[in-house]
Amino acid sequence: MSLFRRRAEKEFDPTQPLVATGNLSRRHFVSRVIQFLAIAAAVAAVAVLVIVIWAVVSHGAKAISWTFITTGYPTGVGPYLVGTFEIVAIATLIAMPIGVLIALFLTEYAGRRWTRPVQLVLDVMNGLPSILIAVFIYILIVAPTKKQSGIAAAIALAIIEVPLIARGTQEVLNLVPSHQREAADALGVARWRSILTIILPAAVGGIVTATLLSVARAAGETAPVLLIDSLAKGDSIQLNPFGQIPNVPVRIFQLSEEANPEGFTEAWGLSLILIAIILALGLSSRALLNRSKRKMSR
Amino acid sequence: MSATPPAGSASLKLARSNRQSPARKRADRFGDLALFLICAAAALLALLVIVLIAKEVIEGAQPAISKFGLDFITSSEWAPPLEKFGGEGVIVGTLITSAMALLIGAPVAISIGIFLALLAPTSVRNVVSPLVEMLAAIPSVILGFWGLIILGPVLVSTIEPFLHDTFGFIPLFGPPQTTGNSVFNAGLILTIMVIPIIASVSRDLFMAVPRELQDGAAALGSTRWEVIRGVVLPTTLSGMTAACLLGLGRALGEAIAVAQVIGGSTESHLSLFEPGGTMASLIALQFPSAVSKMHTASLYYLAALLLVIGVTSNLLASWIGSRFGNAAGVTR
Repeated sequence: MSLFRRRAEKEFDPTQPLVATGNLSRRHFVSRVIQFLAIAAAVAAVAVLVIVIWAVVSHGAKAISWTFITTGYPTGVGPYLVGTFEIVAIATLIAMPIGVLIALFLTEYAGRRWTRPVQLVLDVMNGLPSILIAVFIYILIVAPTKKQSGIAAAIALAIIEVPLIARGTQEVLNLVPSHQREAADALGVARWRSILTIILPAAVGGIVTATLLSVARAAGETAPVLLIDSLAKGDSIQLNPFGQIPNVPVRIFQLSEEANPEGFTEAWGLSLILIAIILALGLSSRALLNRSKRKMSR
Repeated sequence: MSATPPAGSASLKLARSNRQSPARKRADRFGDLALFLICAAAALLALLVIVLIAKEVIEGAQPAISKFGLDFITSSEWAPPLEKFGGEGVIVGTLITSAMALLIGAPVAISIGIFLALLAPTSVRNVVSPLVEMLAAIPSVILGFWGLIILGPVLVSTIEPFLHDTFGFIPLFGPPQTTGNSVFNAGLILTIMVIPIIASVSRDLFMAVPRELQDGAAALGSTRWEVIRGVVLPTTLSGMTAACLLGLGRALGEAIAVAQVIGGSTESHLSLFEPGGTMASLIALQFPSAVSKMHTASLYYLAALLLVIGVTSNLLASWIGSRFGNAAGVTR
């Protein structure tokens, strides 16, 4: 600082523009460098995303054709797509009511005392590695019945989906204006009626958003289906949930384990379809969330 | 009723339907109780699932726990045909890959958080934020496949020789191998998975830092970086720690992508460029084809260890978040 002042006194020239010198210019320089690094980090992350997606699109596009989507093994992957759709649909049918009810419990009933423990359970559940959930369902269902099944895989995926749905629903339920609740209370409406007819309908947009996001997550989960539902052949569509159901993630995993270039092409094609579905779900849920938030804040 | 709500409004309908007949009262009492019980049951079910997971996995591991005890953690021999199981190799592999993911991922992710929350104009943020979150949405099996086919060969042909030539004196950077399946590759894939998690949490943290504090520091003559270093980072330190623990939990437990790129060996070694294994990936690779009861039990043992580590890091994250987050007045 003293150095800066001395120089300023000695060489002060009012016609010169004011520029930082000495210590201040060093500080500006450091700040610039750091800002540049932060921008570089963001660019790097986006670049990785673009590189991965580009690889999937450029390799996968070669595989995709009408026969690829509609026929079974060995020419196409139809049964895998149908199978994943079915497993995820069952999982979501199980997980959505449970997740919404947990969210309702948290926002409407839990009070100060029970919110933290229940929230903690959800956090732990959300943080559990999916391979553990897979092992759990294997011990619980597959080992005793000695049979892999689509329904067991769906239950495992449901365990993964529940905390996601509960968390998302809870967030929108908290956004429902408290005066709506109070108005219903003041009119003498019973609690359960006001929850079912006022609060839930106001939060529907958010619930759908959370569900879509959890569907996107479940569709790509590989560990549970690998342990619980991995032996089905993809030559025909299997719909019986108590039998084995061919599905996309396991197929990609198996193809990547075989060193077979033709298999790789099929895996890229499957990856492209899967990623397209997941990104579409993500984007539509985002659009929906913005819309319902806007509606609620009005 | 002096102030009548507009006809046809939801509240008026409710009020009209809410005549206090005894039957109605009884129905309401029943409905209140029923809805409460259903909600509470759902919450209990979640708790039950967690408890059951712990119970079943530890019970399944019992044969291996009673046979190997804690030696399991320090013995590195994993030989299913000989009935010898020691987890040291994969435990070390798990620690190395996760540490690598965090050491590279956390600084990058926090920088991204800084960029998104403090530096980027709103229009840029609204584009880049969803893109970073998209990175988290890529299924691990696809990321692993990409690592296997695209990243692996690049690593072998250029990056590994470079690192070996430059930093070869550090045992981590051993001689490059012929295959791209390596601990290094797995660590990089985990880095990619961890970054969006930490980045989005730290972005939210930085956005919540009170504007007045930052403006105050700026008014005292701080540069942008000095505001960040002096105000933003200290107030969010606990939250960032929690975010990193969340990322760590993800990295420790990722099975599929790691199984695809790490090469599936169970030996312990220091070089990053050789094939290795992690606890989760070993379960994914060997579980479907386990050769004996003891083999399965040993894999359950690994799962139990994973469970303990995973739950601990989660609880720690949530404890730090609530304990110190509230004290700083930053998080809710």
